Amino acid sequence: MGYNTLFDKIWDAHVVHSVKDGPDVIYIDRHYIHEVTSPQAFKGLGERGVPVFRPAQTLATADHNTPTKDQHLPIREELSRNQVDRLTENCKKYGIELFGLGHKYNGIVHVIGPELGYTRPGMTIVCGDSHTSTHGAFGTVAFGIGTSEVEMVLATQCILQSRPQAMRITIDGNLNKGVTSKDIVMFIIAKLTSGGATGYFVEFSGSTIGTLSMEARMTICNMSIEMGARGGLIAPDDITFKYLRNTRYYKENPEAEKEIESWKNLKSGSDAVFDKEIHIDADSIKPMVTYGTNPGMAIAVDESIPDTAGTGESEASYMKSLNYMGLRPGSKIGGQHVDYVFLGSCTNGRIEDFRDFASLVKGRKKAPGVTALLVPGSKLVEEQIKIEGLLRIINEAGFELRQPGCSSCLAMNEDKIPAGSYAVSTSNRNFEGRQGPGSRTFLASPLTAAAAAITGKITDPRTML
Amino acid sequence: MPKEKLNILESTCVPLPLENIDTDQIIPARFLSATSREGFGDNLFRDWRYTKNGELNKDFVLNNKTHSGKILVAGKNFGCGSSREHAVWAVYDYGFRVVISSFFADIFKNNSLNNGLLPVVIPEKNVQNLLTLIKIKPETVVKINVADRKMEIPSTGENFTFDINPYKQECLIKGLDDIDYLLNMKDMIVEFEERKAIMR
Repeated sequence: MGYNTLFDKIWDAHVVHSVKDGPDVIYIDRHYIHEVTSPQAFKGLGERGVPVFRPAQTLATADHNTPTKDQHLPIREELSRNQVDRLTENCKKYGIELFGLGHKYNGIVHVIGPELGYTRPGMTIVCGDSHTSTHGAFGTVAFGIGTSEVEMVLATQCILQSRPQAMRITIDGNLNKGVTSKDIVMFIIAKLTSGGATGYFVEFSGSTIGTLSMEARMTICNMSIEMGARGGLIAPDDITFKYLRNTRYYKENPEAEKEIESWKNLKSGSDAVFDKEIHIDADSIKPMVTYGTNPGMAIAVDESIPDTAGTGESEASYMKSLNYMGLRPGSKIGGQHVDYVFLGSCTNGRIEDFRDFASLVKGRKKAPGVTALLVPGSKLVEEQIKIEGLLRIINEAGFELRQPGCSSCLAMNEDKIPAGSYAVSTSNRNFEGRQGPGSRTFLASPLTAAAAAITGKITDPRTML
Repeated sequence: MPKEKLNILESTCVPLPLENIDTDQIIPARFLSATSREGFGDNLFRDWRYTKNGELNKDFVLNNKTHSGKILVAGKNFGCGSSREHAVWAVYDYGFRVVISSFFADIFKNNSLNNGLLPVVIPEKNVQNLLTLIKIKPETVVKINVADRKMEIPSTGENFTFDINPYKQECLIKGLDDIDYLLNMKDMIVEFEERKAIMR
């Protein structure tokens, strides 16, 4: 087990009780909920006749199955509408704050929590969604949970968890032009494989991380689950504090400035011990793209698809993957035809991602054969896109902006990629059928997605900057 | 709320020799719109069980009458990806009570234990051997004993001790769940809150 790491400090400060020979009872500071993984939990509460223990520490949003067009109209799909209605009813019944569809703060749970200042350093945070790891970018212990655990947290504000092992991934050096934080995390996942960090909580550190914006750090922590990690986190610093001071919470609570002082010790001790340490040289990272059906199957955009399976899977699984993707071992990934481009999700649906995308498409035109879905992560991101003039740039390049939601990342709403079609997606999972039955996904950064949207094929964005 | 108890189980196995089986394969997102826990078994491995045209995919193991049982054997990193507990509900609702693999994704493992589904971890080479054995001899029975933490293949005499923390072991054997446990410690939780003066 790790010793005196940032993770240990936060975890230890939240242990209510240690079960003998069992898990720890961990107190949860912040609980985010959404429409898909909460209804059965509320139902369970009702059946037990138990109230929500700390509604003020719970925040709800509708994001997973909501439409990204005509949000002022009733949701067309009946089951989705029913799920969103259940969430609204449950929040009303139990006194939980809800930023529902159409609300000025609505958006993807992992986008709105940080941007409104609900996520703050030193907290324990859970949500019935694996990408809860996103919040770790603020120096929190944040992780995804199942619906039974959602019920536990609603009922008691606590959860039973075994302490994970500690891993540190240190990234030092300067990033090359055209390389983003998405490429960093995809590079790491490809190195570790999609199960390589299972059982660990990962701290990301090093000089490269220290220069990244909060948006970029969130992208990295967001995808820590894609290497199997329980979560990822980054020690808070001046960049974190500056971001927080601009959130609604801090603008409305000037006395919260005191909290910031208390967070300056939130870092791993100089004597910290990790169960595993990995070092990465930022200079060796190029724009990345996946070619298979799990996020570990990724290469640099100028490389060829490996001839044989790596350590992540057997030859049979490897070939099943490539057959699904309709790709051949040994072929170049660059130049591969693309039908769809998706910019958005809790991984890359923030303002900086739209700035990146706009910077590349500016003065160019969308390829005629490409259908693009540009989906902001929240209403505030949507508003900011307009304020900064990015909307005009993307409109002039032939793109339209949709309304916020999870959208094509998991295709629970109508934003599905048709069977057999190829999509370059800034989301987090390239699993079979993830973006719609039979869809084929290439994960990449917003810059690489923009390059594909302009050229209609997988293109190294560095050639277009 | 009481769950079905699990202590001793003897069953034939269903082999699924693939790695990194993610929860989107176990239960695709388009089936997550339900608001109850029931009925997910019908759509377990939906897009592998059925062809694009909605016909049964005869090549998929769940559609192959040779293999049946309450134990699923799969390649490493089973249950990776989304935290959807619906994946566990689907596996359980279909009729499985045990999944054997060389390692499981963390959230899937927790969700399993919270629903009376036992994840059994044995070394990767033994998983491969078991997969081969089931393929040749589908009648192979595997015995699970939760109290003893034992997994046994009587026909080969192989024995494995699997890891499960004693708290979860007891929950499984007695059909208890974590919520009852936590509800009983409310006073301790309130005391903790007072001590820490948690931010609200």
